[in-house]
Amino acid sequence: MEFLSYLISGLSLGSVYALIALGYTMVYGIAKMLNFAHGDVIMIGGYVSFIVMNSLHLPSWLAVILAIIVCTVLGVVIEGLAYKPLREATSLAVLITAIGVSYFLQNSAQLIWGANPVSYTPVISGTLTFAGGALKVSVSSIVTVLVCVAIMIALQTFVNKSKMGKAMRACSEDKGAAQLMGINVNQTISVTFAIGSALAAVAGVLLCSAYPTLMPTTGSMPGIKAFTAAVFGGIGSIPGAFIGGLLLGIIESMAKAYISTQLANSIVFAVLIIVLLVRPVGIMGKKISEKV
Amino acid sequence: MKGRNNIISRQKDNLTYVAVTAAFVILMILQNGGILKRAHTALLVPVCAYIAAALALNLCVGILGELSLGHAGFMSIGAFTGIVVSESLINAVPNTALRLLIAVVIGAVFASFFGFLIGIPVLRLKGDYLAIVTLAFGEIIKDLITCLIVGVDKNGLHIVFNASGAKTAADLHLAEGGKAIIQGAQGAVGTTTISSFTAGFILILVVLFVVQHFVKSCTGRAVMAIRDNRIAAESCGLNVTTYKMIAFVISAGLAGAAGVLYGLNYSSIVATKFNFNTSILILVYVVLGGLGNIQGTIIAATILYVLPELLRAFSDYRMLVYAIVLILVMIITNNKKVILFLTGLGKKKD
Repeated sequence: MEFLSYLISGLSLGSVYALIALGYTMVYGIAKMLNFAHGDVIMIGGYVSFIVMNSLHLPSWLAVILAIIVCTVLGVVIEGLAYKPLREATSLAVLITAIGVSYFLQNSAQLIWGANPVSYTPVISGTLTFAGGALKVSVSSIVTVLVCVAIMIALQTFVNKSKMGKAMRACSEDKGAAQLMGINVNQTISVTFAIGSALAAVAGVLLCSAYPTLMPTTGSMPGIKAFTAAVFGGIGSIPGAFIGGLLLGIIESMAKAYISTQLANSIVFAVLIIVLLVRPVGIMGKKISEKV
Repeated sequence: MKGRNNIISRQKDNLTYVAVTAAFVILMILQNGGILKRAHTALLVPVCAYIAAALALNLCVGILGELSLGHAGFMSIGAFTGIVVSESLINAVPNTALRLLIAVVIGAVFASFFGFLIGIPVLRLKGDYLAIVTLAFGEIIKDLITCLIVGVDKNGLHIVFNASGAKTAADLHLAEGGKAIIQGAQGAVGTTTISSFTAGFILILVVLFVVQHFVKSCTGRAVMAIRDNRIAAESCGLNVTTYKMIAFVISAGLAGAAGVLYGLNYSSIVATKFNFNTSILILVYVVLGGLGNIQGTIIAATILYVLPELLRAFSDYRMLVYAIVLILVMIITNNKKVILFLTGLGKKKD
């Protein structure tokens, strides 16, 4: 029973990682850049929903929607202002810019909301009891897993069936050829950023509901871990990000429970290293053969 | 033509030594003249350490061409090894300069050794996968050092690994007169600070010497050939893994030496100081200075380390300004239209 409850909390944490990793992986797939500011968009999502619920006293569903809207706009604005001018620059230049954006978001949040952690009111509360009280599961972790699965299915359908999804896949394979076929590459990249940031907002709300302390640096560690999850699953692949996120969450939860709380992060990273040594492109990543 | 280029680049190398020495002499005069405030002199040693670390990372990212996001880990290994060495030898080697030298050498050797161990798996990977694994190793090193409790007494070193988080310095069972050097999450406390600006200056010169000679050496040329075209280099008979490993190990060792200087500059330091953000900070110096550009790295590291301190007047806004400056500089230096516009402006003036 104990094992089961750790497994469930791992699944719920993993679902949050998966949601963040989906944003990383989609952006990487299409723009070939590591968007280090992604973790900070999560934090902004958390703060927006916090303000809506605690200062404006509006219902929580509205908080989630407003967080999604703000983050989506933020994602598109960041892309337009900071990344678009660097479309043809080297990937390192874009990486440093993304780091700059990350600093910018963290410090803006610190100026607006202060550096001290605030205590977040979970969007969903309550616990379910199974097996005569032996297994307690919080409603929010079940909702987290369900939301994540639903989003992942919706996203997979969107990318594989819709016209925009087709454009995304085309852009990620060959931007030049896609442009020649009449696809608006810039618009497609903007849409990708919008979707990724909307997912980050959802992840932010769920993350803060599970771990109710919110401060300007809240997003950075989950961001790094979700990035790890994306690589773990094979960066650029949507099911890969999902599986990578879930596995990472479960490993972390198990490591915390059975090995050492202090070394939980190290164990997660060690597993990543081992996986990459066996499969250098991640679990679901496509192997790209080198051409001379 | 080739010979002339060689002479020009040698002159440029020598000029770098001259410029660094000149900067050192000027700063020393200012410091001794009492013109520099205490707030400024406190920056001198960390700046030296970061310049050395940035030069080390430039060897890895610029010359070897592999993005490392975990170089703060090597600094951390160097720093804590150096602190343990220095504190253990505090009675045996009373001369601080000699003790610092021993600490730097042992710290660098330790960091190189870990660079070798980490390089075995890391250098098999490519691109972003390699980057994420170096990040992972950096975080693992940070966590492991956070769990480390080290003490010294007359019987030698005592090391306890605190995986459960429940152990303290008392678990070292030190004999009377013993001293706990590293105390887990509290880090190294009560270190005798022996780093000095002069030591930092010498370290920069040594690192410069190593990097500039490496670039010109047979090995360095092979490493750059591999960076530019791995397949072509391999088909010319170069052993890719060996050359990559040599560059990576040297880079790790130099970062370790920088770490020793940094660690012995503070009476207390925690392992979380050398986290992912520190790795990124050094990377920013390297990229803004120009990949593979040694002079640029020194200038960028100095300006970018001092800039946030100078912006203290803006207090709350300084990191925000730093972030905006960073983004703007990247866009200005990398956007074709902006570059064309700026070069156009320059021509009109002519």
